[in-house]
Amino acid sequence: VSLYDWLLFLHVVAAFLLVAGVVAYGVVVLGGGQSAVRRVLGAPAVALWNAGGIGVLVLGIALAIEVDAYEIWDGWILAAIVLWFIASAAGGNLSRTVREDRGAPDGGPARALFAVMAVTTAVLLIDMIFKPGA
Amino acid sequence: MLATIRPSDWDLPLLLHVAGAMLLVGALVIVALAMGGALRRPDDAAALTRLAFRALLLGVLPADIVMRIAAEWIVSTEGVGDPTWIGIGYSTADGGVLLAIIALALAWRATHRVGAGRTAGPGALGMATVALSAVLLVAYTVAIWAMTAKPT
Repeated sequence: VSLYDWLLFLHVVAAFLLVAGVVAYGVVVLGGGQSAVRRVLGAPAVALWNAGGIGVLVLGIALAIEVDAYEIWDGWILAAIVLWFIASAAGGNLSRTVREDRGAPDGGPARALFAVMAVTTAVLLIDMIFKPGA
Repeated sequence: MLATIRPSDWDLPLLLHVAGAMLLVGALVIVALAMGGALRRPDDAAALTRLAFRALLLGVLPADIVMRIAAEWIVSTEGVGDPTWIGIGYSTADGGVLLAIIALALAWRATHRVGAGRTAGPGALGMATVALSAVLLVAYTVAIWAMTAKPT
């Protein structure tokens, strides 16, 4: 098993954690705001999103450096980094709402932030698979 | 290095396969957290047990189907042969759907017992559901390793 294999494995595992975080946020935000659900899923959602987000970025950059066929300035990699920042900005704001326990985060702003997170994560996945321009 | 040189014909089925697998794992995490929460919090057991059941029914099983169909699509399109990593994927997917169906039945039974007020929490049914979810999460981590490292 090469360094590339390990980097790719950990990068993909981080992406799974990121999506698990999106799913958990989705249940908290769209699930009717039940306090029980929020108490159980709120902290794990933040942890999964943060761990996955840092993992995909760091390991993704490491992969771009490790693989000769890719460069960090390739269009699809730059697009991924921009999408990561957009998703992180939305996720950061939503996680503050969840952590600060200001009542059920099921209002319009929380739903909008969740929509941005979910859509940018989906586009990020499409970008990673199709690698436009690679 | 297969990921860097795979045919572009794989892109759409691979997207569906990976997206299905990610949603499957995400829903399984919800099952484990919700049922685990139901075991620890008797006051919230009804809502959390119901959430675990719904996550299995509406999240895990549909995502499993999408992941499995897309995997078959890739294999049938490109004829990747029968290397070890494909075998690990098939074993995990086929065994995984069986365990998910068992977990669904257990969670359904727990939901009815808690909802009817016969027990304060999901009890052994809930513990078994959490255990099955944990086993599935470990198995899928092994499958992710096989899909990425592609051992021969």
